[in-house]
Amino acid sequence: MQLASFDFQQNHFDLFGLAQSFQIDIAQLEQQYRALQTLVHPDKSAHLADAEQRLAMQRATLVNEAYQTLRNPLRRARYLLSLHGVDIQEENNTLMPPDFLMAQLEWREAVSEAQQARDGAALDVLEARLQRETRELESRLALKIDTEKNYAAAAELVRKLRFMERLAEEIHAAYDAIDN
Amino acid sequence: MALLQISEPGLSTLPHQHRLAVGIDLGTTNSLVATVRNGISVVLNNESGGTILPSVVRYLADGSVVVGEAAQAMQNEDAANTIVSVKRFMGRGLKDVGEINRLPYRFVGAPSSSVTPGGLPGGMVQIRTVAGVKSPVEVSAEILRVLRNSAEAALGGELVGAVITVPAYFDDAQRQATKDAARLAGLNVLRLLNEPTAAAIAYGLDNAAEGVYAVYDLGGGTFDISILRLSRGVFEVLSTNGDSALGGDDFDQRIHCWLLEKNHLSALGPRDTRLLLTHARAAKEQLTDHVETHITAMLSTGEVIDNVLTRSEFHAMSQNLVQRTLQPLRRALRDAKLDVADIKGVVMVGGATRMPQIKHAVKEFFGQMPLTNLDPDKVVALGAAIQANLLAGNRSGDDDWLLLDVIPLSLGIETMGGLVEKIIPRNSTIPTARAQEFTTFKDGQTAMSIHVVQGERELVSDCRSLAKFELRGIPAMVAGAARIRVTLQVDADGLLNVSAREMSNGVEAAITVKPSYGLSDAEITRMLQDSSQHAQDDMQARALREQQTEAEQLLEAVQHALEQDGDLLDQAGRARIETQMAALRHTLQLADHLAIKRAITALNDATVSFAQARMDKSVASVLAGKNISELEAK
Repeated sequence: MQLASFDFQQNHFDLFGLAQSFQIDIAQLEQQYRALQTLVHPDKSAHLADAEQRLAMQRATLVNEAYQTLRNPLRRARYLLSLHGVDIQEENNTLMPPDFLMAQLEWREAVSEAQQARDGAALDVLEARLQRETRELESRLALKIDTEKNYAAAAELVRKLRFMERLAEEIHAAYDAIDN
Repeated sequence: MALLQISEPGLSTLPHQHRLAVGIDLGTTNSLVATVRNGISVVLNNESGGTILPSVVRYLADGSVVVGEAAQAMQNEDAANTIVSVKRFMGRGLKDVGEINRLPYRFVGAPSSSVTPGGLPGGMVQIRTVAGVKSPVEVSAEILRVLRNSAEAALGGELVGAVITVPAYFDDAQRQATKDAARLAGLNVLRLLNEPTAAAIAYGLDNAAEGVYAVYDLGGGTFDISILRLSRGVFEVLSTNGDSALGGDDFDQRIHCWLLEKNHLSALGPRDTRLLLTHARAAKEQLTDHVETHITAMLSTGEVIDNVLTRSEFHAMSQNLVQRTLQPLRRALRDAKLDVADIKGVVMVGGATRMPQIKHAVKEFFGQMPLTNLDPDKVVALGAAIQANLLAGNRSGDDDWLLLDVIPLSLGIETMGGLVEKIIPRNSTIPTARAQEFTTFKDGQTAMSIHVVQGERELVSDCRSLAKFELRGIPAMVAGAARIRVTLQVDADGLLNVSAREMSNGVEAAITVKPSYGLSDAEITRMLQDSSQHAQDDMQARALREQQTEAEQLLEAVQHALEQDGDLLDQAGRARIETQMAALRHTLQLADHLAIKRAITALNDATVSFAQARMDKSVASVLAGKNISELEAK
């Protein structure tokens, strides 16, 4: 990989030489990320002039941002849809199917009960289940985006995934609370 | 330097030119400086011949400063003016220093002059000494200055820079304070490096380690846990956690309290407090290899203390301290999305990890024996030196490795109701930047207050306040119409920079703020002036070293020229040069940089015609075999 080809305008997939799709080869992403950081990281230019150090920081910042975006499925999906010009309406579209919302309420109750009972094993069970369901949503997302190119349906799955992410954060916080 | 101008085309004058860079472990209890020599990282000796400099600074009434063992020797007698464990106060306010009453210092809050342009009080705690009020930054700078001087003396030249290590769990205030101390000590900071990461570099490169490792670092005053993935020359920190106010000192405090209780003592003066703390520390160290220890001391009242402390008693009284290190371990593993079984090895760092109860707890937690094949006191400095060598540009083909570190605590901005909106989550790989848009909540609002905080809690009041500033000149619009984009940028040192910009109507109002607890440039200047006596000494010492180095290089070059082209000289010419060489060698024995400088000039003058003759000879050899037209074509 040549530094001369570093372009602040190119999209994240191009930056890592990956095809623009939801399903990506994570191992390849990691490998490309490391190769790219080896070239741009500020440690490589610490002995150079200030201007070059600043440029290195900006490049490395962008590479980190692009990597974090592509590595996380939810952020990757959001980014892909934005490249396709799709508005996900994450903040203002709260019209979710009633059964999904009911399930969310049940999840929350279960997490807070486990936290109150300081029951780590119960949290383990909830976390494993959440991971399974999250993966299920992700594989449906891959189908909608990569195969069917049904971006409206994909946007709804992204909104659902955002709920799952919040649940994961709550479980995380519950573990921390039990620790204290 | 007439002779030095002749060199092979394409080669620098000094082919072995090596940029002098060091790694400094600025520890709570001890500090060390290391460098890479001939490809190997070594800890440098200081003036007293040892490698470890106690992080103790004593201020005397005449304004002079004593650092290291000599200061440590006086810590009981002159406790109020002898600062130990100053690292615990770096970037900390009065209210953060919990054990104020148990410490023998006269603490003062920050002076009003340290209210920063950001509007928050500077807030860092200060200590009143016989030589005036000192900030922890100044005290730390004294330690760094001694390390810099001993490194420059040992290496025979000026340092191009240093890597200074900090606990991974240090927040932005503590990091900024450390960098300020280095600036104050005249050091060019190549990088602030996290201590466990430094240890991982030293361990990983030494053992060609691959896989996921945990570094358990319990120092004198701080605790860090870092989880790293080592893979084909890349050191990637996956997560870090810790407690920046937990360390070996706390174990001393437990013994100290036990002694007070056992002997029905209360309200001791500074001298006796320090005396008992010193004995407590010795007892702790004794109990590493012995099952019991005798503590005997005579207080200033004449009262004699005589107690036996057993290892099991010590373990019982310190058990909850050991437990406090396990919670960060669990969090670090969760953040890295890993399980205990994923950890291939546990590297132990910091003198406090010698305690058997720590080793036992770590072994129980990870289900494996921790790695103890490195010196827990030196490994951080050794790793920092390797990084410094690389950053200074002394890279060779085989040290093509890369370090990817993270920010330990989340960064956020205050929103309505005193809540924190997290902008950059903890364990984000640095450098990183994230922007967030905010809007006005009142019609016609033209100013907005932006408050940046660090921490994991939801309420602003539970997080550390980093910077507060006002963005003015927002065009008056209806509520919610203005768009203000706030960008947080964290650099490779883990230090934060904040900028804000009004986006609508094309109007731009950008401001860049430095975190408010840091020292302003004006304060740094004042401190530099305060230590002008030091600066004078430093300048003298520096001038001397520079002249010495120059003299040595000149002598080497002339000697080399004499060996190579001595036949160009007649006997008298050669004698003139050799006389001046002898004279210069003589001045090298004296600590007088002006005398050396004069002798250098004299030797240079004596070699002018010799240099001319060598120049002619080398030109002749280049021209040999070429005709005029070839030369003119050039």
